[in-house]
Amino acid sequence: MPLLEVRNLIKRFGGLTAVNKFNYELEKGTIASIIGPNGAGKTTLFNMLTGVYVPEEGKVEFNGNSLIGRRPDQITFLGIARTFQNIRLFNNMTVVENVLVGMHARLRVSIVHALLKTKRFQEQEQRAKIESVRLLDYVGLGGRGDELARNLPYGDQRRLEIARALAAEPRLLLLDEPTAGMNPQETADATRLIRRVRDELGITILLIEHDMRLVMEISDWVTVLDYGEKIAEGKPEEVRRNLRVIEAYLGKGVASSLTPEANSPRPEVETGFTPPDQAAAPTQNDGQER
Amino acid sequence: MVNRHSISMPFSGGKAPPWARLVGIILYIAITFGLAYSLEDILPRAAEIPLTLFESLAFLAFLGSAMILYYQPIPKVAKLILGILVLLLLMPALGLRNGYYLEVATQVGIFAALALGLNIVVGFAGLLDLGYVAFYAVGAYLWAFFGSTQAGLVLTSIKDFFPLGGEWFFLFLCLGVIVGGLAGILLGLPVLRLRGDYLAIVTLGFGEVIRVMVNNLDKPLNLTNGPQGISPIQRPPLFFMPLLQALGFDLEPRQIYPIYFYLLVILIALIVIFFTRRLDDSPIGRAWIAIREDELAAQAMGVPLVRTKLTAFAAGASFAGAMGVLFAAKQIFINPESFTLMQSIGVLAMVILGGMGSIPGVILGAILVTTLNLQILKALSDWLNAMRQAGTVLNLGFIQYAMKNLPVQLEPAKYERMVFGIVLVLMMIFRPEGVLPASRRKLEITANRETPPEAVSATPPVTGGGE
Repeated sequence: MPLLEVRNLIKRFGGLTAVNKFNYELEKGTIASIIGPNGAGKTTLFNMLTGVYVPEEGKVEFNGNSLIGRRPDQITFLGIARTFQNIRLFNNMTVVENVLVGMHARLRVSIVHALLKTKRFQEQEQRAKIESVRLLDYVGLGGRGDELARNLPYGDQRRLEIARALAAEPRLLLLDEPTAGMNPQETADATRLIRRVRDELGITILLIEHDMRLVMEISDWVTVLDYGEKIAEGKPEEVRRNLRVIEAYLGKGVASSLTPEANSPRPEVETGFTPPDQAAAPTQNDGQER
Repeated sequence: MVNRHSISMPFSGGKAPPWARLVGIILYIAITFGLAYSLEDILPRAAEIPLTLFESLAFLAFLGSAMILYYQPIPKVAKLILGILVLLLLMPALGLRNGYYLEVATQVGIFAALALGLNIVVGFAGLLDLGYVAFYAVGAYLWAFFGSTQAGLVLTSIKDFFPLGGEWFFLFLCLGVIVGGLAGILLGLPVLRLRGDYLAIVTLGFGEVIRVMVNNLDKPLNLTNGPQGISPIQRPPLFFMPLLQALGFDLEPRQIYPIYFYLLVILIALIVIFFTRRLDDSPIGRAWIAIREDELAAQAMGVPLVRTKLTAFAAGASFAGAMGVLFAAKQIFINPESFTLMQSIGVLAMVILGGMGSIPGVILGAILVTTLNLQILKALSDWLNAMRQAGTVLNLGFIQYAMKNLPVQLEPAKYERMVFGIVLVLMMIFRPEGVLPASRRKLEITANRETPPEAVSATPPVTGGGE
């Protein structure tokens, strides 16, 4: 049984259908990516998976539990944690405290225990603090735990977001553009970190990303969204040869210049965008209307 | 034990050794106490000398000693002893000398507790509440109703029970916590979806609704006696009277009650401080601050918004409820005038002035605003009046100004709100984070120190993920 199963998910904003009849399955232990042009509905999809938006129609099953109608904090408790496209840390809290908030769903303690500072409460707090420090070491923020989150450099803030999400002990980690705004070095570090999270901690990862190199390098499975619809999915090498994907990214004219007939010369795109794979010929969906 | 390092340590600059600090703080306490106690004997009586102004400044400095003490890096025992000395011995001694000092100190205690309660809602959870005084009113009217003949007017069949005896006061103090908390939840429920300005408007409305209700609930059932207010209200019994007499103190109730209420207020304020610190240092406190910082992210991290916000409202309101009960007993008489919007704003000003989310800051805010309100501005007015009446001529070198020409309207005590306004505007420009801004505790060091080194290795944390 897949870890995450999405059936026929629909989300509309007024007249706009942001996500349309989306079906998806995610196996445990994979790193999967969702790509697509801006406005394709990727973040909307994340927001539905985490309970921020309620879909108009459809089913989401995670680990045997339906997620529809659950609040974000309940979904976190079930084992889905996320990061945000534009970093959303608790800026005026320290780095350690940010991670501690990430553990909130797991810290089961009543207000009475906190007021009386019972032994159980103290032990739990101490364990939580130690684990937070360990998590910070794990993502490479060791020794910076007492700085205010807002004072961290950009790349470290992204790491902290991942550490905070890991603190919830998720089974599934949703990363919304984890390397946006990073330089190549930081991107490489982030890629390594994402791999380690999957390999060492066994956490399934679903990520939204615009950096094609990262997506192709890291993903086991790639899904392409355009105008709220899934237009392709498969292994990275399959997706990058998919004509509809190239069309979605570059427009129809460019895509047709990439068909086998017009083969080799690399298309000159004024925006400087490098198509997913210039040399490969599309294998399916030729000439389909958008 | 979590260390309370703060990022900036006020009043502790310099590198003086602990013993020097100890001597310094003792000297400071002695001098300010001495001045507050004996200024009226030292200074000659003349219209030009603002005796009450100097006295109130000396008193403010004396009150401040408790704050300064808190920040000194001296042994805990010394802090505790000096704190007890200042709060439990010197202050009542001052109070026997000049009753007004004690009244001000009591008010400071009441407002400190109120401000700490509001700080939970506004400072920690970031929910702007402009109707906070409503919970104070709920507590006050709770005891006023049952602790006077008022309840007998409504519950006619059992009217011989009322007023309840003074010993019931302590039970009602606890009931005040519960009823205040429930009122907090009652307000919290409908406003949970609102943020920022909208929340402020609704809470402002709530505060006014409670005041207007109290003002008009003399009919059809006379619950509050309307604008006339309720009086007399029972005071807690002086159960320790025989003990005092046995010890040779022969004080009249008239002298004892102010000290008694002062001590009660201090006790409750200390409990409130204690609980606030505990909450701040717990997952609940962190959840409040997380909500303030980013509601969406907090929720995504597993913080249940509804419950956490309601807890904040309830916790803040319960402090106000308890203080309301105490206030009713202390005043003997209450009416709706004590629970106006200005009161809410005054408490909010203490929180903002002192530093939102900062416990010592909020207490300092309460001290500053209350003394400014009750003492300093009044003393300034008295001084100007005295000079006006004595026909003093100010000699400013090149200008001779006859004080009798000073317009009578110029009376600082009437400008309380203007002074507040100016102070707050200046604060927002120059120090928006407050006098003593909130600082976060350093947890990493304590977490590391208390674990054996091998435990904090680079091993991956035991996070779930797969079974």
